[in-house]
Parts: sequence; structure tokens; C-alpha cells
Amino acid sequence: MLPGAIIRVFFNVMRTFFEKIGYETLWFLESYGRMGLFLTRTVVSIFKPPFKLRPVVRQMHFIGACSVFVILFTGLFTGMVLGLQGYYSLRKFGSEGFLGSAVALSLIRELGPVLTALMVIGRAGSAICAEVGIMRNSEQIDALECMAVDPFRYLIMPKLLAGILVLPLLTAIFDVIGIFGGYLVGTGLFGINPGVYFQRMYTSVVWADIEMGLVKSLLFGLLLVWITACKGFYLHLERSGGFGAEGVSRTTTDAVVMSSVSVLVWDYLISALLL
Amino acid sequence: MMESMNSQLGDHASVVIELIGVKKRFGRQMVLRGVDLVVREGRTLVIVGASGQGKSVIVKHMLGLVSPTRGTVKVFGHDLQRLKRRELDEIRSNFGVLFQNAALFDSLSVYDNVALPLRERTRLNEELIRDKVMQKLTLMDMEKAVAKFPAQLSGGMRKRVGLARALVLDPKVVFFDEPTTGLDVHKSNELYRLFYRTQQQLGYTAVIVSHDVPKIFKLADDVALLADGQIQGCMSPEAFQMSDQPHIKAFVEETMGHLYSSDEEEDNFYA
Repeated sequence: MLPGAIIRVFFNVMRTFFEKIGYETLWFLESYGRMGLFLTRTVVSIFKPPFKLRPVVRQMHFIGACSVFVILFTGLFTGMVLGLQGYYSLRKFGSEGFLGSAVALSLIRELGPVLTALMVIGRAGSAICAEVGIMRNSEQIDALECMAVDPFRYLIMPKLLAGILVLPLLTAIFDVIGIFGGYLVGTGLFGINPGVYFQRMYTSVVWADIEMGLVKSLLFGLLLVWITACKGFYLHLERSGGFGAEGVSRTTTDAVVMSSVSVLVWDYLISALLL
Repeated sequence: MMESMNSQLGDHASVVIELIGVKKRFGRQMVLRGVDLVVREGRTLVIVGASGQGKSVIVKHMLGLVSPTRGTVKVFGHDLQRLKRRELDEIRSNFGVLFQNAALFDSLSVYDNVALPLRERTRLNEELIRDKVMQKLTLMDMEKAVAKFPAQLSGGMRKRVGLARALVLDPKVVFFDEPTTGLDVHKSNELYRLFYRTQQQLGYTAVIVSHDVPKIFKLADDVALLADGQIQGCMSPEAFQMSDQPHIKAFVEETMGHLYSSDEEEDNFYA
């Protein structure tokens, strides 16, 4: 091959490479900029009259009340498995008596907020993304805009408020039922004294632990609604093509994965920050 | 060219919507290549053209749902690009839209669908809202379906509820995006009759995107053909059918001519 031709091929490859980098960078900035604006417009809409409580209560029922059963179930078994594993670990150091404190601290600081968020993402987050996505596909969001109804205030804001209000409550239920699960295994299976179980928990759990769990659950509530609703809302701008039933299902999967990963990443960041 | 056409459209009526040199690009695809179009008060403008030409994109520009890549969209004399959100909402409160699939809210009943604009945009009490909703639903002959949900309605019924919702705020301009898509001849005639009756009663300006040629010509004051990303002509239905403009002539022949160009071709088809 002639040197000129080699140089031309080299420049073509380099140009394609830099074009790709530029395209990806622009896409990244556009996507995350859009998400930022989405959250800003939703938060601003909270303060726009008229204030209506009923849509928020309806969403609290959907995100919160309808998730109670799954939270009770997962909370109970998480507490039970913590009791089981915790007992075998603590026995190696002769500290079985600290089972109550180990279960409570694990749940309140870490597992309660994270697992509650993951469960609610699976149950309600996916539904939020699919609902908003289908509304986008069937021009219902366009219809709202044409009626001069702010879709952020009418559609997204009640979900966001409900998510933020409900996640801490669900987390509290998860923690309580989880501690009870640990108690069942510890006292029923391994014969730990019930008084010791609760006394050790009472002396080791401090307000800072509960505060950490509360901060996490508030943030996770915001994250799960923000990400899932935003993905559905901008379904038509998805690079992989968001239209049709396949587009909705693909975007919903993306939203669930993205919000679950975000919960785990932010869990680490908050833990690192507050510890 | 546009000015000479506009002179035929009855300049006595004031301009409600004006598109000036509107270009729109989606990714690498240029959909609109400089659209000039005027909608005049009290008239019915029908936009026709082959599928995928961007007729609905023009309507979305008029509604402020899409921003032009180049050019200006003026509604009631205001440049939509320069308006703040609140000002745009004020303009939109004069609009009613019947979408292709009616775009009813699946989780709301027929009654709540029609009541939604009143609840969100006005301070009327529930009693007055009820009166207005029932008035519009009665006009559409849908008063018995108030408690039903969109999934329980036929295509024609959904369109009628969509029209009731579009008209509930007594808008000045109503947009119809392919209103008869998916309807049989009987249902589409019924919808056109409803359109005619409500326009006579309420006197709104109408913009209709339709494939339903030549039937739609009976309702139109002006017909505009979109082809190759531009408005090839905007004139009365009579002038449109007689036009020598190559695109219009080809469109008229294609849509209103015979299915076969010759008896021989027809015979060959069946053979």
C-alpha cells in the first residue's frame, strides 16, 4: 500500500474515533442534563398552586400501602437469615449475646433502606416507568401539554413526593419486622435469652444509626421515582428507540437497573460520608 | 408565491397562526425544508400529503410541542420560540386537540377525561364542571358512557370523547391529527358531521391533518399540500383540484383518480 493511502486510512480511523468520543460525550451531557432539568422542574412544581393532596395520597397508596406485604415478607426473612448467619459468626467469638445488636445495626444502618428501596423499585418503580412511558407513547403527555396542564405538576410531582414520604415508613416497617425475624431465630432456634436480645440492641443502637437509615431512605425514595419516571417521560428520546411495546419494556428494564445501581452507589457514598 | 396564494384565501380574516420558513431536522433527517403557512380565523385548513411527509410535525410546531430548527412559528402574533412557559400555556389554553388515537387518559373515566382541563385550568366548582362536561358529552352523544373507561370504548367512541375534551374549554383553534384513522366509513362520516356541527355552533378555527381525500375537501376552506418538506400550495378545495402545480396535480391524480391507469392494467391485475 502507498504511504499516502496508509495516511488517509489512519486519518479516517482517527476521525471516526474522535467523532465517536464527541458523540458519546454529547449524549452523556444531554442525558444527564435532561435528568437534572427533569428533577428541577418537578421540584419547582411542588410549590405551584393549586395544591392538591389527593393525587399524592393516591400515589402513597400505590407506592407505599401496596408494597407493605412484600416489605413484611422480605423484612421477616432478611431478619431471620441475619439471625441465622449472625449467630454462627458470633459463636466463633463467644459473643452470641450480641445477636440482637448485630441484627438491629445491620438492618437499621444498611439492609433496611437498601432492600426496601430495591423491593419498591421492583414493584412500583418499574410500574411508574411503564405507566409514564406508555403515556408518552400514546400522546397522553402531549395532550396534557396542549391543555396547558403542566405534566411535571400533574403527573410526576405526586409520585416524587409520595416516594420521598413513603420510603422511610416502609424502611421502618422493614427494620421492625426484620428485628422480629432475628428474634424468632435467635430465641426460638438457638435459645438466646429474649431480654438479652433486646437489651443489647437497646444499648448499641444510637440515634446516629437511625438518622443514617432515615437519610438513606429519603434519598432512595427520591432516586427511585426520579430515575424511573424520567426514563419513562423521555422514552421517545432513548437512543435505542423507545417506541412500541418493546421500547417500553426495554426502557423499563434500563430504569430498574439504573435506579438499583444508583441506590447501591449512593448507599456507599452516604455511609462513607456519615460514618 | 405564498403571498399570491394567501391573497386567494380571504385576507379579510385575521391571521391566527403563521409559519415562516420553518425547517425541522430530526437527527440527520430534514423533515421540513422551509414551510410557509397561514391559518386564518374561523376557517378550516386541511393539510394533506403522503405519509411520512411531516404533516403532524407541522401541527406539533403550531402547538409548541416541537421547536423549529430554523424559522418562526407565530400564534396570535406571538413568536412561540420567545415565549416563557406561562405565556405559552396562556396561548395553549385557546387550543383544543383531537389526537390520532384520541390520547385519552387510560386511568380516568370518560367523565374525568373531559373534566380534566376544567379542573386543572379553571376555578369552576364541581357543579359547573359537571354542567359543562355533560353539555359537551351530550353534544357528542356520549352522555350515557360517563362512567366507562377508555379501554371499554370503541375507536369511534374514543374519538368522540376526545373531541368533547378538546372542545370543553371552548377553544379558539382546534387541531385534528388524522381524526378518522382506524374508523370505518360510517364512523368517519359521523365524526365529520360532529366536526361540522360543532364548528357551526362554536365557530372555532380548525386545522385538520388528513388522508381522507376527497371527502375532507367538503369541510375545508383551504387545502395545503405538504410534499418534499414544503407546502406546495395552499388554496380553496376547488382551486386545489384544478391546480396545474406539478405536485398538486400528481397528488390529485393519485388520490382522486382511478385505481388503474388503464382498463388493460385493471384486466391484468385480476388475471
